[in-house]
Amino acid sequence: MTTFPRFCTLLLGLSLLAAAPAQARVFDPETFTLANGMQVVVIANHRVPIVSHMVWYKVGAADEEPGKSGLAHLLEHLMFKGTPSIPPGEFSKIVARNGGRDNAFTTADYTGYYQNVAADRLELVMKMEADRMKNLVLDEANFRTELAVVREERRSRTDSNPAALLYEQMEAALYLNSPYHRPVIGWDSEIAALSLDDALAFYRRWYAPNNAILVIAGDVTAASIRPLAEKYYGTLERADTPPRQRTQEPPAHAERRVTLKDGRVAEPSWTRLYLAPSLGAGKRELAYPLEVLADLVGGGATSRLYRSLVVDKGVAAAADAAYDPTALGETSFRLSVVPRPGVPLDKLEAVIDQELARILKDGFSAEEIERAKSRLKASAAYGRDSLHTGAQTFGEALTCGVSVDEVEAWPERIAAVTPELVAAAAKAVFEPKASVTGLLLPDANAPKDSRSRAPLPSAFTKGVH
Amino acid sequence: MRRLVLLLALLLASPSAWAVTVEKVVSAKGIEAWLVQDHSNPIIAMEVSFKGGAANDPAPKAGLASMAAALLDEGAGPYDSQTFQQILEDKVISLGFSAARDGFAGHLKTLTENRDLAFDLFRLALAQPRFDKEPVERIRSQLLAGLLRESQDPNAQASRQWFQAAFPSHPYANPPRGSVETVKTIQGADLRAFAKAQLSLDRLVVAVVGDITPEQLAALLDSSFAGLPARSTLPAIPDKSAEPPPGITVLPKGNPQTAALFGSRGILRNDPDWYAAYVMNYILGGGGFSSRLTEEVREKRGLAYSVYSYLMPYAHAGLIIGGVATENSRFSESVRLIKEEFRRMRDDGPTEKELADAKTYLNGSFPLQQESTSAVAGLLVQIQVDRLGIDFLDRRKELIEAVSLEDVKRAARRLLDPDALSIVAVGKPAGL
Repeated sequence: MTTFPRFCTLLLGLSLLAAAPAQARVFDPETFTLANGMQVVVIANHRVPIVSHMVWYKVGAADEEPGKSGLAHLLEHLMFKGTPSIPPGEFSKIVARNGGRDNAFTTADYTGYYQNVAADRLELVMKMEADRMKNLVLDEANFRTELAVVREERRSRTDSNPAALLYEQMEAALYLNSPYHRPVIGWDSEIAALSLDDALAFYRRWYAPNNAILVIAGDVTAASIRPLAEKYYGTLERADTPPRQRTQEPPAHAERRVTLKDGRVAEPSWTRLYLAPSLGAGKRELAYPLEVLADLVGGGATSRLYRSLVVDKGVAAAADAAYDPTALGETSFRLSVVPRPGVPLDKLEAVIDQELARILKDGFSAEEIERAKSRLKASAAYGRDSLHTGAQTFGEALTCGVSVDEVEAWPERIAAVTPELVAAAAKAVFEPKASVTGLLLPDANAPKDSRSRAPLPSAFTKGVH
Repeated sequence: MRRLVLLLALLLASPSAWAVTVEKVVSAKGIEAWLVQDHSNPIIAMEVSFKGGAANDPAPKAGLASMAAALLDEGAGPYDSQTFQQILEDKVISLGFSAARDGFAGHLKTLTENRDLAFDLFRLALAQPRFDKEPVERIRSQLLAGLLRESQDPNAQASRQWFQAAFPSHPYANPPRGSVETVKTIQGADLRAFAKAQLSLDRLVVAVVGDITPEQLAALLDSSFAGLPARSTLPAIPDKSAEPPPGITVLPKGNPQTAALFGSRGILRNDPDWYAAYVMNYILGGGGFSSRLTEEVREKRGLAYSVYSYLMPYAHAGLIIGGVATENSRFSESVRLIKEEFRRMRDDGPTEKELADAKTYLNGSFPLQQESTSAVAGLLVQIQVDRLGIDFLDRRKELIEAVSLEDVKRAARRLLDPDALSIVAVGKPAGL
């Protein structure tokens, strides 16, 4: 029952897409659609007799009504509260008793549920997942308890973390009209006011086979999946699901700055979000050039920002860029820089802006761009090594309106990116008026908490048991 | 309402067995590695570990192993830092190192077409790290920034306090990544001395998984590792019984929630009661939604998003550790419930059904860990570090099946004592 706040999703998406193999066919899935409109994607991987079974709903926090922030994520939690066949709280226990692991996640654009199980337990989890698509039962008592859990989740992830609080404020400032301006987990005052009826209404409105995608990766074939999918999911009635709205961003006229000073902050940081097109909205043709641009600007130890700020000038400890094109609405292009101890943020920002101005003026050489492209394409070969990469990639893509063919064409799309397109992408996205700069600063006047000096021991990993 | 559940119970045969063939490869010069061949993708993953790690850091230089780990791939042999990194990026080779309390690990992943180059870069990183001034100062700034960031994290804060109190005059008291003060003092000479003393063949274990044959691997083992010193000059780390002080220590912090780490003495990995303790902990707090702690604290009362416990078998001390985070005003209720569950498990043990469910999960879920070549290689390294034997994967299922209800009760009586729990709470908890 995890939220991936949008922040994490952006990083995740980039690395997943960067992990698609370089052959003409990337993951080489088989797909079919049930009579009720539910799309099925099967990615065979026969190395180990395990499967990852995922159901993705085309609904996320951006589909909530204003005033009901947090509802999509709360419903994700409530989906574990049972049906007439499965008592409250039993879903995950049954999966565990069958040697499986399950969880769920919510972002602005989608909600996903998965179970990782031995291949011979697939039918069991399909039956249970199909059951809760239609037959969820909630009562006031378990609703109230779970609402308290979600508010604790918000306290852990956001309210106890100044960097997360700042990022939430930055997104609220970046998106003037898009529902992405709401945090996925919700504003605490609005979470607290959500009702059982809100949750049930949201469930009935969005949870239906025609609004869901089944993704199965592992030791299976489409031929073996089809009869099971028809038996469990194919018998569910389709619903009259409403179209999804992603309101357009108006032209931006004012560059924004957000400063969070907090006594809990020990390490200052500098972050900037630029409004950016995605594969679903805005100048879509710039999405792939923006992926290449993100790699060139801040993709690794030899990228432009890292080399200049961290290695050559020594003003930053870390610098990176992130962009994920997979979104229904316009999205963001993010730069994050951590100053070296003692370097003030205004001095750091001046150097970053110089570097961006240089990129806009001189661009990148054809050789730099070719290297970045071949890196991205070669990294794709690692995609098939993991069972989950393909499943995650198709789930994200299909819930965001990107087709299977488009995912499979990724290497060709990257190959087609030219220096002119990268320059056009940089010009379009590095627009100060459509940006938010976020400063995270210690508050010298705040009462001193006892300040720790300690990291979590990296040895906090479990061994082999 | 119950019918489907009963029906499901009948389906609980054990999931199909997972079979990989682990081969022992010994090179001409006597260097050993465990290998799982997998030619389905053109990918090779190698994981290595040198016994030792951060526990060998001198206290005034705490963080030395971590700093060395971050620097081995920042310039080696003829290549300066940017050249080394550029080759890795252009060839899409993933190469890096990390340090924990008991071990210093190396990670390598490459496409088959770049195999020889990748292993050669790995060799250079181990045997000829440069520790040039620019990368040393740059990495130091990153480590310092990381330490400051972690000091904002209540869980990290609690952990540091917990270990400091539990291990007086033992290296486990030192945080593996050091402190701002100690990281500032580490010099190039310290780093060079570290590499020389720690990276020796007598401390090394190697596992390789992927698109490579035993003959190819044997040759690469010699070219990659044979240049390392045969023996380490480091003194041994003493065994130590942890002494976590019973009761609650509060570190005040202006958060709306109190985050706590709790724990007490545990058990070593080679203890005869290990599997009994492992099963017991799954039922108590290791099993997510199947655990008693999650049931009582989260599911019944909504007191936390996350509450858990786990066994931490360090090489020289065993611990049982847990965590929870609850809003300040209700935090004491979470502590009361956690202690109550420790007491109930110690006094009554689990039920037969809980024991059976735990075994099904622990055996059935084991193959799920093996989802990539790196994951399998990491597992094979850990099995070697823990000296579990090359047939461990075949024996593991029976080791878990053999645990009886009486075994679990004995382990619970031996390990669990609610009054001995040492709790570090970060926040503004009320009513303690």
